[in-house]
Amino acid sequence: MAAFLLGRLASRLVLAVLAASLAYALAAAALDPRAGFEGRAPRPPEAVVDARLTALNLNDRTPLADRYLVWAEGVVHGDFGHTSDGEAVNAELWRRLGVSFRLLFLGAVLGSVLGVLLGAYAAVRRGRTADRLISLGSYLLLAVPVFVLAVLLQIAASRANRAMGVQAFVWVGEATPGASDGVIGGLADRARHLLLPTVTIALTQLGLYCRYQRAMMLDVLHADFVRTARAKGLRRRSALLRHGLRVALTPVTTYFVYAFGLLLLGGIHTEKIFGWHGAGEWLVDSVARGDVNVVAAIVCVAVCGVVLAGLISDVLQGVLDPRVRAAE
Amino acid sequence: MTRSRRAVAGLVLLALVFALVFAGPVVSPWSWDGTDFAAFRAGPSAEHWLGTTESGRDVFAVTLRGARTSLLIGLAVAVISTGIAAAVGTVAGYAGGRLDRTLMWGVDLLIVLPPFLVVVLLAPRLDGGAPLLVPLLAAFMWMITARMVRALSASLRDREYVLAARFLGVGAPRVIVRHVLPQLASLLVVDASLNVSVAIVAESGLSYLGLGVRPPDVSLGTLIADGHGAAAASPWPFGFAAGLLVLIVLAVSLLGDGLRDVLDPTSGGAR
Repeated sequence: MAAFLLGRLASRLVLAVLAASLAYALAAAALDPRAGFEGRAPRPPEAVVDARLTALNLNDRTPLADRYLVWAEGVVHGDFGHTSDGEAVNAELWRRLGVSFRLLFLGAVLGSVLGVLLGAYAAVRRGRTADRLISLGSYLLLAVPVFVLAVLLQIAASRANRAMGVQAFVWVGEATPGASDGVIGGLADRARHLLLPTVTIALTQLGLYCRYQRAMMLDVLHADFVRTARAKGLRRRSALLRHGLRVALTPVTTYFVYAFGLLLLGGIHTEKIFGWHGAGEWLVDSVARGDVNVVAAIVCVAVCGVVLAGLISDVLQGVLDPRVRAAE
Repeated sequence: MTRSRRAVAGLVLLALVFALVFAGPVVSPWSWDGTDFAAFRAGPSAEHWLGTTESGRDVFAVTLRGARTSLLIGLAVAVISTGIAAAVGTVAGYAGGRLDRTLMWGVDLLIVLPPFLVVVLLAPRLDGGAPLLVPLLAAFMWMITARMVRALSASLRDREYVLAARFLGVGAPRVIVRHVLPQLASLLVVDASLNVSVAIVAESGLSYLGLGVRPPDVSLGTLIADGHGAAAASPWPFGFAAGLLVLIVLAVSLLGDGLRDVLDPTSGGAR
């Protein structure tokens, strides 16, 4: 198991380094930070713009390879350089990643766990009413993009607010600005703001996992090892839970990486619609501003996230599937 | 086809959407880019069937135009990305050896680099709008299919009929086209149809952020973005666009899954 994981870790690290370099090259080649400086009024002299861009390692007249080397040296030392306003990328990056994490984490966990359970349940009840309802629901959920689902939830919440005559639901930003009712009140306020985005994220992830888990579970329902487990005297429920679900989960773990990518993507829209100032919003704004270092930093973090998700799926696979451990 | 009610349902829904999108503009009294300066954000009326937008465009006409753009982009992206996947996958699987390893390594690299982020990054450069958006989206959607195609092609390589063709002196490209690809047809058809919905969602997601289709062109994504601020007060601009988008995605995925049930007896989603 350890050797298997080390091998995977090494090859994934190489991939991550290459992907990060490619990300920087793409960002540096595609974005145009010079336009932001030249667009200022009064227009600064060219020599000043050049000097400023060079100081920030953003000058498109420096060869790409040289800019890359400067950037890579910084990243190796844990420094993602400066934004086009001259601020350090690092501090803002960690703050924004924190915001995104608080936004996405709960919804992702809830959605994936509930999705797996519902999918497995639907498979076991195949063809019955419960299965039909769950399948129909997951089809609908998969067809509704995040940016439609979020708006629908907001409309429903505002209707509910009006019907009840109190602001039960709030959804703009991470917390009410200026409100200070101590620690407890602050936490409650944050929880209220988290409710709608969490439901949004959870529902989208739920649809994905539910569909996939149902298909995988159907494949193992009639497998020999489930029958053997029944034959040796296990009840249907425990045979399915201990042998069926476990085996059916294995392919879902490889799917985890894909779902994680979709989560990052859904995060950009969710942040924008619910007014959270997270990394996704920063990415879109920075692309518009031509802020190469910020874009490269965020894509780097996303690459690391995907690689990490891959590693987690390797570990889960090793834990769940004895054949992987034996195959070394 | 009768074996899959799902595929039939998807096909019927899709046919209805197509009919609406291509016949609607003919019967509508308004063109999609016309502005009615007498009616801004009006409700449905005899003149404007579904009301007007904030800028005085006819909701019915402009939304159908947006749906047309999204549909065409989705179809084109799906065909191209499945085509790339078929080409790379069969070549890697059939050739094996170093070429296989190199190609699959490239695929791994592109999987690690989050596709949507890269598209976001490159999108502002594409001021041309829709025509350039298609290859960009396609370039980042083919990798997972290519892996599946490669695995299947590698298993086909040692089949008797493929070996027979090879020993008769048939060149590799011809063997791939005549003997390997036909075996993968059902997988590719299913994949392409599912990719249509992925591509449409990706396109509208980008356009929603202002990075895909740009004004004066419209797509479902730009319409949803424009309409959502006022969605509570005037629901039609947002509702019609969002409803069409959901309907299209639903129809295409029903069709894709249904086709998989029909064409691929081993798949699990079917039974």
